[in-house]
Parts: sequence; structure tokens; C-alpha cells
Amino acid sequence: MEVILAGLAEAVRLLITGDPDVVDITLRTMQVSGISTLISVVIGIPFGTYLALTKFLGRGFVVSSVNFAMGLPPVVVGLIAWLMLARNGPLGALGLLYSPTAMILAQAVIASPIVAGFTLAAVQSMNPKLGLQILSFGSNRCQYILLLLWESRLGILAAIIAGFGRVIAEVGASMMVGGNIRGYTRVLTTATVLEVSKGQLELATALGIILLLLTFPITAALSYIQQRGKMP
Amino acid sequence: MNSILSARDLTMVRDGKQILDIGELNVDQGEVVAVVGPNGAGKSSLLLTLALLEKATSGTIRLFGEIAGNGNLLALRRRIALVFQDALLLDTTVKRNVTVPMRIRGIPPQEANTRADKWLNQFGIAELSSRRARHLSGGEAQRTSLARAFALEPEILFLDEPFSALDYPTRKSLLLELGQILKQMRLTTVFVTHDYTEIPYFSENVAVLYNGRIIRRGSVREIFGDEILERKICVPWDM
Ligand SMILES: Nc1ncnc2c1ncn2[C@@H]1O[C@H](COP(=O)(O)OP(=O)(O)OP(=O)(O)O)[C@@H](O)[C@H]1O
Ligand SMILES: [Mg+2]
Repeated sequence: MEVILAGLAEAVRLLITGDPDVVDITLRTMQVSGISTLISVVIGIPFGTYLALTKFLGRGFVVSSVNFAMGLPPVVVGLIAWLMLARNGPLGALGLLYSPTAMILAQAVIASPIVAGFTLAAVQSMNPKLGLQILSFGSNRCQYILLLLWESRLGILAAIIAGFGRVIAEVGASMMVGGNIRGYTRVLTTATVLEVSKGQLELATALGIILLLLTFPITAALSYIQQRGKMP
Repeated sequence: MNSILSARDLTMVRDGKQILDIGELNVDQGEVVAVVGPNGAGKSSLLLTLALLEKATSGTIRLFGEIAGNGNLLALRRRIALVFQDALLLDTTVKRNVTVPMRIRGIPPQEANTRADKWLNQFGIAELSSRRARHLSGGEAQRTSLARAFALEPEILFLDEPFSALDYPTRKSLLLELGQILKQMRLTTVFVTHDYTEIPYFSENVAVLYNGRIIRRGSVREIFGDEILERKICVPWDM
């Protein structure tokens, strides 16, 4: 309890004084997780929608693969990404290991199936007759998909919230391919782990609290958009 | 040959089961035909096929003299409108529910707006224009769905049991209103129902569907005799 209170005090102090290390780590966390979420949205929403609306051979297998990938352990993704990006790995020539780019890629791999899976579920749970009704308006393929996505928007925003929540909270992959380099790849989760291992519990708690403070307004903003729902 | 809608040798097989087998069905310009039959007879399947929303297994459908095929499906769909049993509204306002399909068909916003107001008014829900569709009662939702269909100014209107989810007073007033509108407009209408007491409200002609086949086709009087026309005043739920 004392540690938590001390952590709270420390968090307030760090935030008020604008501790340059903390500011740097926080901004990087937002940047890495924000970009990886964006990538997963660009990949996951169209892919999930495609899976929901198209019949093809092997669809069942693809759908269960996506569902399986939704639960990929970040450490495993991190390990595979590390093996790929390591100097003698297949993508080693890119020289990305221990860079923010590598972290973004690994996090995008973690979040994309989550966004795709939730999108698939959201679109598929629409009343199929609504699809027929929309078709009866004389909608072309594009109009049809946009209206269906509009109708599934609650589920799709849930998909984005889930993807973002997952990557901003994950530590394994960031640690492995980012390396927790101070001023370069250190993010809130990896910094927290480091401070705990150094025995700096107040600082670790402060970082954890900042992570929560960061996650809350972002998910709150997304939830607000989700619940308000105006026709674009 | 003044059929605005005709189907020939139409069959539909789903899961190895034949659910439609229509040798010939013609609907004339301005005709209001009721398709009746028991649950599972294939009424909805027939309607969706005629409205070019489901593919038949074989056979041809001719709309406005054109054989429906991949090339003209979209253009033909834009000349017809459909109302289902459930109102199936988009999660937005009543007004937008009426204007969005018009916008999809390329009707300019001003015109869409005017038409929406006109038909919302016609169906007595003008004051609900800015209400969100999910806050409507069943009757109001179905009125919205009807306004949406009429605002499209379709050349053929398809109705799939549009009243069966409604309670008695709502159903009766909508039947009367719709009957009047259809009579005024002489709009070609295919009206599916399993409740034959609804028929005399506005259909002159009937096709009886049974096991996927049209077993009878004729005027209401020919098919049901005179009683049904009198029954209009004393149907079981009309006390
Ligand atoms: N996609 C499908 N796959 C398999 N069978 C189907 C499919 N669609 C319809 N059927 C079957 O075809 C038959 C006709 O169905 P349809 O919905 O057209 O009947 P209906 O006359 O509209 O019935 P109701 O009065 O209950 O609405 C039913 O036996 C139904 O189970
Ligand atoms: Mg039906």
C-alpha cells in the first residue's frame, strides 16, 4: 500500500515537473502503439469484412486461424520477429532489430488479428436480411459494404479499442525486438519492468499509473465516439 | 405481352431441396397481386428472386421487358423497392433512413429531401423525422420502411408480409392507408402474405403458392369466392 501511495506521489511529481525521461517514454509509447494500431486497422478491418462477406474454399480454416491469432502471446510474436530481424535472419539486412520500427511491426502483428477477428464477428452478427434490404436500395458493392460497416460500427470500434488496449499493454514483444534502449526504444511497459527489476518500486508504480492515465482517456475517447454514433 | 414482370421456368434448389418451381408468372403493369400460401411454401424465396436479390437455380426473369442478368442487375434493382416483415432500418434518424436509399440511387439531396418529407407526411410520421430509428415502435418503424420504399418511386413494389409483425389496430390502419395509396397510384405491386384476410384490402388478383408451385392464379373473387370480399368487414380480428 505504501509503495502504491508513494508511486502515486512520484507519478504526480514526474508529471508536474515534466521529467524529460518520462515525457520521452510516454510520447514514444503513444507513437509506437498508435501507429501499430493504425496499421492493424488498415489491415484488420478490410480483412475481417472480407471474411465476413465472402465464401471461398478454405474460409473456415482462415477464420479459425484468425481466431487463434487473436490470442498470440506477445512474447512468441516477439521471439519470431526477433529471429526474422536478427542480423543473420531472413530480414536481417533491413537492420531493424532494436528499433521503434521493429516494435511497431511486432505490435501490428499482435493487433491485426484482434481487429480482424472482432470486425468479422461484428459484420457477421448483422441480420442477413438487413444486407438484402441494403442491396434492394440498389447499392453497388462499395455502398453496400460502407452501409454494413456503418451498421456494425459499435463492434468495429470495439475491435479498435481491443487492438489498441492489447498493444499498449504488451511488454514481451517490445522488450525483445526493441531492447528497451533508453531514449530510443524504451516504452512505459518495458520501463516499468526495468524499474521493478532494479528495485525502484515507486518509479515503477509511477510509470504504471502513467500508463493507466494514458490508456484511459484514449479508450474513453474511442468509447465516446462509439456511443455517440452520428451518421458520417 | 404488357407484363412488366415475368418469370419463366424458374427453379430454385437449396440444400438439395427444390423450393421453387414456377412454370410461368406474369404481372401486368398496374396490377396488385397477392401471393398467398402456407409457411414454407416459398413465398419469400419467390419474392426475393423476382426482386433480383436472390439467384434462381434456373429460369429467366424479365423486368420492364429486359431479361435480368449480371449486366443490368443494379440498374433494374434501382427501379423497384422492397418492404420486409421487419422494418430493417439503418441505425440513424427516420429522415435519413428515407433519404439514404434515394442518395444511393443518385437522386440529388434536395429532391430526396422533398420526397422524404412528402412520404413521411403521407404515412403520418412527419413529426418523427429526426427521431432515431431504434426508438420507434413497430408500427412507426414499418411506416418508415413504407415511406422509404415509396420515396424511391419504384415501378414495382414488393411487399413480404409487411404487416404480420404488427398488432391489430396498426395493421388495420396501415392496410387501409396502403390500399388507398396503391389504388391512387396504380403502382404494380407483388404482395406476399400468409393471411388471406389481408388480401381484399388492396389486391385484385391472387397467386396461390404451394410447395414452391403456383397452383392457382386469378382474381380474388375467382380464387376465394364472394365470401372473402364480405369477410373484409368481419375478419376474426376485425371486431
Ligand atoms: N437458403 C436456404 N437454404 C435452405 N433452405 C431454404 C433456404 N431458404 C429457404 N429455404 C427453404 O425453402 C422453403 C421456402 O422458404 P420461404 O422462406 O420462401 O417460405 P415462405 O413461404 O416465405 O414461408 P413463411 O410464410 O414462413 O415466410 C422452406 O422450407 C425453407 O426452409
Ligand atoms: Mg416468408
